[in-house]
Amino acid sequence: MRLLEYQGKELFLQYGIPTPRSALAASLSEVEKLSSKFEFPLILKSQVAVGGRGKAGAIVKCDTPSEVASKFTELINKKIKGELPQSILVEQAVDIKQELYISLFLNRGRRIYSLICSAEGGVEIESVKNKLIIDVPSSGVPLPLATEAALKLGLQGRTAESFKAFVINLSRFVFEKDAELAEINPAVVLRDASLMALDAKVIIDDNALFRHPELKKYQYMSETEKQAKEGGFSFVELDGDIAIIGNGAGLVMSTLDMVSDQGGRAGCFLDFGGSATAETIFYSLKVVSKIKRIRAILINLFGGIVKTNMVAEGILRAYREGVIEVPTFARITGAEASQAKDMLKDSNANMYDTVEQAIQGLLEELSKKEEIYGKSV
Amino acid sequence: MASQFDLMNILVGQETDKNYRKKPVIVQGMTGSFGSIHTQLMRDYGTNITAGVTPGKGGQEFDGIPIYNGMGEAVKQTGASISVIFVPASNFLRAAIEALDNGIKLLVAIPEHVPVIDSLKLIEYAKLKNARIIGPNTPGIIVPEVIKIGIMPAQPFKTGNVVLLSRSGTLMYELAYSLSKANFGQKLCMGIGGDPVNGTNLIECFDIIRGINDVECIVVVGEIGGDAEELLAEYILETSYPKPVIGYIAGRSAPKEKRMGHAGAIIYGNYGSAESKMASFFKSDVPVAKTPSEVPILLSQRLKK
Repeated sequence: MRLLEYQGKELFLQYGIPTPRSALAASLSEVEKLSSKFEFPLILKSQVAVGGRGKAGAIVKCDTPSEVASKFTELINKKIKGELPQSILVEQAVDIKQELYISLFLNRGRRIYSLICSAEGGVEIESVKNKLIIDVPSSGVPLPLATEAALKLGLQGRTAESFKAFVINLSRFVFEKDAELAEINPAVVLRDASLMALDAKVIIDDNALFRHPELKKYQYMSETEKQAKEGGFSFVELDGDIAIIGNGAGLVMSTLDMVSDQGGRAGCFLDFGGSATAETIFYSLKVVSKIKRIRAILINLFGGIVKTNMVAEGILRAYREGVIEVPTFARITGAEASQAKDMLKDSNANMYDTVEQAIQGLLEELSKKEEIYGKSV
Repeated sequence: MASQFDLMNILVGQETDKNYRKKPVIVQGMTGSFGSIHTQLMRDYGTNITAGVTPGKGGQEFDGIPIYNGMGEAVKQTGASISVIFVPASNFLRAAIEALDNGIKLLVAIPEHVPVIDSLKLIEYAKLKNARIIGPNTPGIIVPEVIKIGIMPAQPFKTGNVVLLSRSGTLMYELAYSLSKANFGQKLCMGIGGDPVNGTNLIECFDIIRGINDVECIVVVGEIGGDAEELLAEYILETSYPKPVIGYIAGRSAPKEKRMGHAGAIIYGNYGSAESKMASFFKSDVPVAKTPSEVPILLSQRLKK
């Protein structure tokens, strides 16, 4: 789960990581009320979960109340890399002495957390030559490690002390809240030698949410995503017209690739996990039926323990109850496959021996329809 | 770089061992719905399940298998050094540490949705205890026709000389099925897990495989997310790895910044992209199949060379 900047900053404050004075505004009247409480200049920051917001024009400085009004209206209606903000963060500008880069993240390949620091903040870290990369044990950043980092960054006196406290607080945050990433770019040194987080990019481990009920309020899901989650499915909505359903994330991804290789466009990814019963199949078709642009359904089910006649029963029920109308193309291996094929014979579902054949059948059917009705998308 | 860990000895043993091909296995979480189904299926396959552990149910039996309250008792009674875990993710770390504390050397971690920090803590601990974790979020490990420790169906797997490693469960079955159909039986098939970090990563698997006799070739089923395939490709090149390797990468058409089912299957920028993984494999002279059914074809070509 990727947090928005203001959400990350709310959590930072709880861990003693200073952030600029700020408030959230979702409407023009809200921002007008707010701006009288701040001193100018102010910074307006579009709350979208994308990187490179500065360059994309999502962050603007305002010197007067009238500027706040016009810039706010512009920002709240502006899509940043395809994402429209729900709110704008209004922030007090601060007097910066030095910009730093600080991040603590899960280094997957090395199976350890890494702390990256640089005395060049505010730019993309990939382009920075002088950066420190330090291994961090899962017990968190110990003081000697923070001291070493401060020294190597050339920080001295009170600045070094602020830096150490800042990094140790960040580490407490990361390990207590199960963050996979906490990146602060820039972290700034102010005139009084204190440190402040000007930005917050935080990713929380979804698998750890069970022990963080306090973070659930940050989780945003569409209606279809909520339904998928209730069914225990992994679900990703995509922009094409073919729903792809299967058991196992890898298998569904692989099916997605094969469909796209043949020129088809996937409309969703749905992995219903280990247990394929008539009920799970029926429910997964129900979820898929909520996506209006779906014109065909592809099911790729590698069974072993799965009883394919149960799967066929689930598909038939979905047609019978009018949950789906579009045709289904299925490849189902497993016990009783010939019986399943027989059951589906007179329905709008077609069963194949290989996934390649199922994809071919599906794409031929879609192109036949296009010839008759014309392209719909 | 050679590994001290003799996986086949733990899984199968030597002909002179009294439990050769019958290594005792403990099931943690045997009485749960998932654990009980798979205890039976593993047993049907011939796996020697000797004990179950469920706190509070000690003294009971499941299908004739004694249940113990804790791992200490179960290990003492059975002498097992293998355990397979079916507990919920929230209890996983505690159960896994209990297993390692009581002498388990090979721990097969089935649960999905384990917090990644718990996995890191366990991996650090396993190093101290000189034990191996497979998973979490793995279907398990199988030596076809000898021992099955996990939730994979039995039918796709046939004995032979290919080693199959996979980040995905169902794709492992799919690939084993394709390989078996083409008469490429398997020496060992292992799910390394779909999470961001794996108890035994691809490089460690390759190290272990060096010590296994008669391995003809290794098939690696990767997917988007992280850099495990890139690091493996570097390792193959740097160590002039002695066995032929065939790759497959799922997720070529996946969008960025979307988690595709597995916790580990997510692309950030170019980090974790299929293109990056395929390019690394090609650089190390590892052919990459476009579909699962293409793997046996590439394998035949490679072995003819």
